[in-house]
Amino acid sequence: MSAPGPILDVANIEVIYNRTVQVLRGLSLAVPRGQVVALLGSNGAGKSTTLKAVSRLLEIEDGALTGGAIRFDGQDVAAFAPHALVRRGLFHVMEGRRIFEDLSVEENLTAATFARPGGRPSRGFALVYEYFPRLFERRSGLAGYLSGGEQQMLAIGRALIAEPQLILLDEPSLGLSPILVEEIFSIIARINREQGTAMLLVEQNAAVAFAVSHYAYIMETGKIVIDGPVERLMHDADVREFYLGLGAAGQGRSFRDVKHYKRRKRWLS
Amino acid sequence: MEGFDPLFFAEVTLAGLGSGALLALTGLAFVLIYKATRVVNLAIGEMLMVGAYLFFAFAAGLGLPAWGAIPLALAGGGLLGAAIERAIIRPMLGESPIAIFMVTIGLGSVLVGLVEIVWSPNPTQLPDFIGAAPVFLGEAYVSRKIAVGFAVACLVIAGFLLAFRTWRGGVALRATAADQAAAYSCGIDVPAVFCAAWALAGVAAAAAGILVGAVGGISPTMGVFGLSALVVVIVGGLDSVAGALVGGLVVGLLEAWSGTFLGGEYKIVATFSLLLAVLVVRPYGLFGTAEIERL
Ligand SMILES: Nc1ncnc2c1ncn2[C@@H]1O[C@H](COP(=O)(O)OP(=O)(O)OP(=O)(O)O)[C@@H](O)[C@H]1O
Ligand SMILES: [Mg+2]
Repeated sequence: MSAPGPILDVANIEVIYNRTVQVLRGLSLAVPRGQVVALLGSNGAGKSTTLKAVSRLLEIEDGALTGGAIRFDGQDVAAFAPHALVRRGLFHVMEGRRIFEDLSVEENLTAATFARPGGRPSRGFALVYEYFPRLFERRSGLAGYLSGGEQQMLAIGRALIAEPQLILLDEPSLGLSPILVEEIFSIIARINREQGTAMLLVEQNAAVAFAVSHYAYIMETGKIVIDGPVERLMHDADVREFYLGLGAAGQGRSFRDVKHYKRRKRWLS
Repeated sequence: MEGFDPLFFAEVTLAGLGSGALLALTGLAFVLIYKATRVVNLAIGEMLMVGAYLFFAFAAGLGLPAWGAIPLALAGGGLLGAAIERAIIRPMLGESPIAIFMVTIGLGSVLVGLVEIVWSPNPTQLPDFIGAAPVFLGEAYVSRKIAVGFAVACLVIAGFLLAFRTWRGGVALRATAADQAAAYSCGIDVPAVFCAAWALAGVAAAAAGILVGAVGGISPTMGVFGLSALVVVIVGGLDSVAGALVGGLVVGLLEAWSGTFLGGEYKIVATFSLLLAVLVVRPYGLFGTAEIERL
């Protein structure tokens, strides 16, 4: 029995690293059940930090939640150890894939079975191999020898093993060729559609994130600055110009705006 | 060296391999803890010693047969490892590696003190459970205790390696050793894995202790065997299981050869020369990975 309301509710959180550096300053967002929500922002804005605060992996890096509250499925995440949260259905696919390189592909999936109560995914590894047939071909090889794209597939595959209600996906497009990005994102969309899994998707590549998301938040230096349904943001002049690198722009803008634009342009798709 | 006697050389070599296997087993216990938890555990020799005394207590004190006393002593060693993790190491999580390293040194002294209080500081013999009939490999003579010690150590090591590969908990252990945060993200209970690593190391150390004690007798100071094991893991690489096994055999052979052909006082010189040579050429050990932090 699940509580009504969003699967994830982040209210006004503040995060500090090493007891000194404040990275998040009153950030709020929500992920409705079964939906994909994008979280966009420039390098160092605090996107990964937000995900780590939610999955409670923050403490391992000497970060601390100093204000606000995070509710997953109606319950404060502070009440659970990171692995306990995973077992409750919140899976964090970390930035940089973080597969176990010295373990085989199959052993990587076995590691994720610890996320399942009783240690058994209901369909074994079949579901993963259905979405990622290439992992099946390479199942007994060392994960470290997989290509970047295959490693990303394995990272998402581990999440599938857990059969979670919510996946936190940190920059799945990182370092992948455009074709692979498209392939991975079409599978992400399929997983959401077919499994009903909600996702909080962190991306630098705004265009591709918009293509699979229902709602998006844009953050800067630790706070949300713009948010809205993707259809609306896609037609918003500022968002088109600054975050998608499209649209009629330029005329009548001050130099300061142009500089602003260049600063942001670094992370355009 | 006039009059090289190949048979004698073979016998010394076999004896060296025998003690090398025990060093390898002790090294494995050390590596298990280091790999999973990044704790440099200098009390490994004393954990070994406690294992030997537990066997002594069950076999001599309670008069149990070996097949009863051995599993009990191994279980006791495992419990000791788990208890050390829960009571001493876990509360120190996040402290500097040096602080934890110093605590394990202190822990070693405490274990020696406790054993002296409970059993007396005097050396004694374990009840014999191996027998004395010599073993011949071809023409070469090997003491039965060393031969059995070698065989059992190899079996225990093989059992551990097999478990790491095939058992689901072994996957959790290797995943945790590789990347703690990623292990957490897969739903692995990382603190429980730490505890399990200490418990398994306690079992391995107790097994080594029983074998070492069976060969050479026991005393509260037999933990100095752990020093040779430390040389083994530094030579092999603190985080390498393969390194512990190869390093154990190499150091065992080196000690046997130098002790026999050069004289007992050269044993230490030879092993520490090896240690220095390896550290100069490969600071993180023959099989270790480069990221090992310096102490
Ligand atoms: N473990 C840490 N200790 C100290 N500071 C950190 C730590 N992790 C991140 N930071 C700092 O927090 C800020 C936000 O980092 P974060 O990784 O959340 O950014 P991000 O939005 O994910 O950026 P990117 O797009 O580059 O991944 C950065 O200034 C970073 O230097
Ligand atoms: Mg990031």
